Amino acid sequence: MAKNRKPKLAVWKFSSCDGCQLSLLDCEDELLAVADSVEIAYFLEASRAEIAGPYDISLVEGSITTPHEIERIKKVRAQSRALISIGACATVGGIQALKNYRNVDDLIMTVYAHPEYIDTLTTSTAIADHVTVDFELRGCPINKEQLLELINATLNARKPNVSQHSQCIECKLAGTVCVMVSQGKPCLGPITQAGCGNVCPRCDRGCYGCFGPKETPNPAALSTRMKELGLSDREVKHFYRLFNTGAPAFHDEGNAHE
Amino acid sequence: MSKKRIIKVDALARVEGEGALYLRVKDNKIKDLKFRIYEPPRFFEALLQGRIYSDAPDITARICGICPMAYIMGASHAMEDSLGVQVTGALRDLRRLAYCGEWIESHVLHVFLLHAPDFLGYQDSIQLSKDHPEVVKKALNLKKIGNKIIEVIGGRAIHPVNLAVGGFHGAPKKKEVKGLAEGLKWGIETSRELALLVGSFTFPDYTYDYTSVSMRHADEYAITEGNIISSRGLDIPISEFENHFDEEHVAHSNALHGVMGDGSKPYLTGPIARYNNNFNQLSPLAKETAKAAGLEKTVNNPFKSIVVRMVETLYAFEEALRLVEAYETLEAAHIEITPKAGRGTGCTEAPRGICYHRYELDEEGRIETARIMPPTSQNQKQIERDLWGVVEGHLHLPDEDLKWVCEQAIRNYDPCISCATHFLKLTVDRD
Repeated sequence: MAKNRKPKLAVWKFSSCDGCQLSLLDCEDELLAVADSVEIAYFLEASRAEIAGPYDISLVEGSITTPHEIERIKKVRAQSRALISIGACATVGGIQALKNYRNVDDLIMTVYAHPEYIDTLTTSTAIADHVTVDFELRGCPINKEQLLELINATLNARKPNVSQHSQCIECKLAGTVCVMVSQGKPCLGPITQAGCGNVCPRCDRGCYGCFGPKETPNPAALSTRMKELGLSDREVKHFYRLFNTGAPAFHDEGNAHE
Repeated sequence: MSKKRIIKVDALARVEGEGALYLRVKDNKIKDLKFRIYEPPRFFEALLQGRIYSDAPDITARICGICPMAYIMGASHAMEDSLGVQVTGALRDLRRLAYCGEWIESHVLHVFLLHAPDFLGYQDSIQLSKDHPEVVKKALNLKKIGNKIIEVIGGRAIHPVNLAVGGFHGAPKKKEVKGLAEGLKWGIETSRELALLVGSFTFPDYTYDYTSVSMRHADEYAITEGNIISSRGLDIPISEFENHFDEEHVAHSNALHGVMGDGSKPYLTGPIARYNNNFNQLSPLAKETAKAAGLEKTVNNPFKSIVVRMVETLYAFEEALRLVEAYETLEAAHIEITPKAGRGTGCTEAPRGICYHRYELDEEGRIETARIMPPTSQNQKQIERDLWGVVEGHLHLPDEDLKWVCEQAIRNYDPCISCATHFLKLTVDRD
């Protein structure tokens, strides 16, 4: 990118809760500095000003759930130098990917009086299922420090420092006592990627998998342990079928307990 | 010059989610006006079917990243109603404290990052910060304190993890809770200063005789509990909500429109409705600040919602400080629950207004049916009504300015479109 020009940042929303793009506005101490180092060219949640593409960095939140979104993500890709998907919806389809296990007509009938007004796909899928993605940032929601690191790394053309090890490592590093060992609570930590700041075990709660599978996970072994702790097959299945149910490791293990 | 005007806002900015406005004007008269929510449907009510009762707070939190507390708490209350448990005493106080955190972060985000730029003629808060850096820095710090409350009680600011049906997973540490006090004292002082600042803005000329619908509690400015009341004399328990309020599905929107029981009348929920119904229950400082910021006891100009939000922010800081000072380490973090079949309802005052939940559970405590009515869909009909009035009063403006005042009018509601789709583009057609 030319040295005399600030890189252009765009933030795009697909099917989502807005929580991940809110993470950028939640960088209270860093927001004005970020706004100094990049040109916020398109960020509807924050500004009515729109600057035309192409964009140096596009942050994409949300999953693909409508025919219109398929067309829109292709246009975003075509205008973006680096396309980064942020959050569980954008990286694996999010909580709304629970619809992938259901008949979509039944879903529409359950919620809406006039199904004919609704235009939706039968699935909720990741951004990378439709276009090439340069980096995927995990989390439901994403961690704002990881987001700042990622923006910084991308601006400086270096690899972002985002660990792919498990929550267990994060708990050990933080000195958090294991809730599964000490209290027998079911916990997805052994197979879930670190990054949230081990928020659940610090609250005496088992991890529920917001950051998706870690590198080389072994969910079958974890399921065996969860059953020893007294969970039924249905409870084990639902443990995997949450915000990251679209991730293959979670999806397959959930199905194994169908 | 042709007399035909078409004004379109294809993707409304500074709102949470995706919405649009279409306006067609002929011979200086509005021919068509549609406020459209095109946020894709995510089918939460259907996806909850078959899940255990305790999953509802975590799943429904994902309806909205700005007000997850409203969903966590509404779902929890509905489940507790169904399962026959009551969360009282210190656990209840801690929930109210966490909810004050959400009011603060959500209100300050909306007032300074999303809405104030409209009143001062800036495209966004970043531009605003170039001319008024101290104001924006103070606002960001207020917001940060709100988030900090949620982090201390809930474990995480967006989608907190520590709240559950029956109370909390773990007891928040006394030292961390007490550590909030200093920031809250600064927050009381600073939110009063900023309330007076927004009170000095110029407000577009428009009023409406609203039917204000809010919760009301016997002993306090209602946030987490109470009856549902209207400014026209309705006073019902939450369990009777669906007998008096309904939603209609219209072709131009993916959000269901809230209507009063007779099927036609719009109503208002949110900060102005709460303020109009429960003014007497505000703190002396909040009442005095409201007066000093130019508010009457009843507000009927929706553009003054920005001032009401700051008065409520001040009140939330005062309440939070009171609750922090009273906090003692919990003896038990939650009430033990035995699953059983039943039906339960829950409603809380989300930053944008009342958020209603109803669930039916089977004997194992699994969800058979779910119904959620978020505040933005309840307000949608009233937003369209306001837009008619605002457009009629501003037809003399050129298209670009008319478009901006329409956007500003929609932002009066702090519309959370992600929530409502279970909300805006402006298209103005001048024939």
